[in-house]
Amino acid sequence: MSGTTTTPTTDGRSPAHAEARGIRSPRTHGGLGRPGLLRLGTSRIGYETKGYFRSPDAVFFTFLFPLIMLGIFTAAFSASGDIVPGPGMEGISVGAYYLPGMLAAGMLLSGVQNLAVDIATEKSDGTLKRLGGTPLSPVSYFLGKIGQVFVTAVLQAGLLLLVAGTLLGIALPTTSEAWLTFAWVFVLGVATSALCGIALSAVPRSGKSATAVVIPIVLVLQFISGVYLQFSQLPEWMQNIASIFPLKWMAQGMRAVFLPEDFETLEQHGAWDLGWVAVALLAWLVIGLVVSRLTFRWIRRDA
Amino acid sequence: MDTTAPGPGTKAGRLPSGTDVAVRIRGLRKVYGGVAAVDGLDLDIARGETFALLGPNGAGKSTTVEILEGYRLRTDGEVQVLGVDPARGDLDWKARLGIVLQSATESGVHTVREQLAHFAGFYPDPRDVDEVIAAVGLEAKARTRVSRLSGGQRRRVDVALGIIGRPELLFLDEPTTGFDPEARREFWKLIRSMKAEGTTILLTTHYLDEAAQLGDRAGVILGGRLVDVGRVDELGGAEARVPIVRWREPDGTPREVRTERPAELVASVVAEHGGEPDALEVIRPSLEDIYLRLVHAAGADAHDDEEALA
Repeated sequence: MSGTTTTPTTDGRSPAHAEARGIRSPRTHGGLGRPGLLRLGTSRIGYETKGYFRSPDAVFFTFLFPLIMLGIFTAAFSASGDIVPGPGMEGISVGAYYLPGMLAAGMLLSGVQNLAVDIATEKSDGTLKRLGGTPLSPVSYFLGKIGQVFVTAVLQAGLLLLVAGTLLGIALPTTSEAWLTFAWVFVLGVATSALCGIALSAVPRSGKSATAVVIPIVLVLQFISGVYLQFSQLPEWMQNIASIFPLKWMAQGMRAVFLPEDFETLEQHGAWDLGWVAVALLAWLVIGLVVSRLTFRWIRRDA
Repeated sequence: MDTTAPGPGTKAGRLPSGTDVAVRIRGLRKVYGGVAAVDGLDLDIARGETFALLGPNGAGKSTTVEILEGYRLRTDGEVQVLGVDPARGDLDWKARLGIVLQSATESGVHTVREQLAHFAGFYPDPRDVDEVIAAVGLEAKARTRVSRLSGGQRRRVDVALGIIGRPELLFLDEPTTGFDPEARREFWKLIRSMKAEGTTILLTTHYLDEAAQLGDRAGVILGGRLVDVGRVDELGGAEARVPIVRWREPDGTPREVRTERPAELVASVVAEHGGEPDALEVIRPSLEDIYLRLVHAAGADAHDDEEALA
């Protein structure tokens, strides 16, 4: 502080103490330009990520949940033996089989469930109205949200892989090709998931109803898309319905990375179809972007 | 008399042309489903002025303020806030405003200091974060999460967020609701220091003493119209301020007389009764009395409309 006139000892004993707490004359901080969109976006990422990790609900249900489920599946079914792609073929442990599904679930929860509930809540508790009265651009706001999803999804996937590779003894891929596939499926999947979450946040009418609207959607998708149930054992009509939505493609992309080649025959068309994974995820990315752009308002202007 | 203030009892809030205005409103209308919440409102607020907008719930106060803040679109009329139409206000325009809304209920997972430092980053020339924290009296809570503050402390954070960007124009919507009397006085001190810096302030409040303490001028809005505008000490017109003398006759009849010379009247009553009159009161109408009289005078009709709207 300035320390020009007063010493700390005068503080508190002077009756003018309250006056001294008044606002001092303007101080200029260099130039008068507003901070740029990207700089504010970066600042939002830090702020949002901090807020995310301080929200126990979000951390449990969107960050830790896949890890807990992987642990439960591994423990519950470890006695029932390996999962084999066909008679007489070499199998893998239950944990190894479920790992790609849990990675896909993590991407979905970090993006869709987290953002849809978070933004709907911010809409109804006054956060967005307050931000709408400041010079923060919606672009920076969304950079913050999407950035937060990327930061936490990367940490989540890292944690899943770490636990899988160490505690659960699951063999992870060793080829750079597999990790390259992992990288693009992950990045594309998380981006798609984040945008779909923003789009879905327009549906709940209040913050309180947000979880009631969002969780059933996310839960049903996980059951029909090969996260909790073995996709190859679902009836074909259910597989076809799941194919409309992005989660099935995220899970399929992850299976292509983590499952042995023999498992390819179990896929719906007997192939990993990575090209279609990219197409489906890109399509949902565009849908999420367009819907977000059309529906987002700081407040319902004339409600 | 202050030349910029319109005479007592003026129903239009226009200032003489050529006045440097921060807010200019002409013929403002806002219609919801066929009912006019704001119905032909004219008002100027001069730069550097503190204007108190008064009125019962549902009178059109919040609608008017939210149109000025850019949150709502008007149905008709002309509005300029810092020279800009709020319906087209961009981010540079917002950087010149400070908005303290009515209660927000954010989850508040960030600390007071984190929240203020983050919002300060939105503005080109923000105030010093620690100075603002001190100004709202939250030094001891700077490292506490907003969710763990009391209602009054959260309200101070709202105010701090409203002033962190060094606004030219500050909107204060019911700023001291939930404050204890001491906190209100501290808050008034803060607002006076903002005023001294030249900040224009638009205050809406239910506390008439707050309007009297802070406002240069005040306007009373009823049924979407300004029914009176004037300097706080002139609102309601001179006759509304005529002191009231009340006493009880020896036979028990209550008496009430309005007079500019209350002492003289009291003396004559004493002389007449040959002693101390019963239940004697000399009342100088406060802003609250004048306001309540205006609200009642405006009639039940307007009020009923508002109830229907609310």
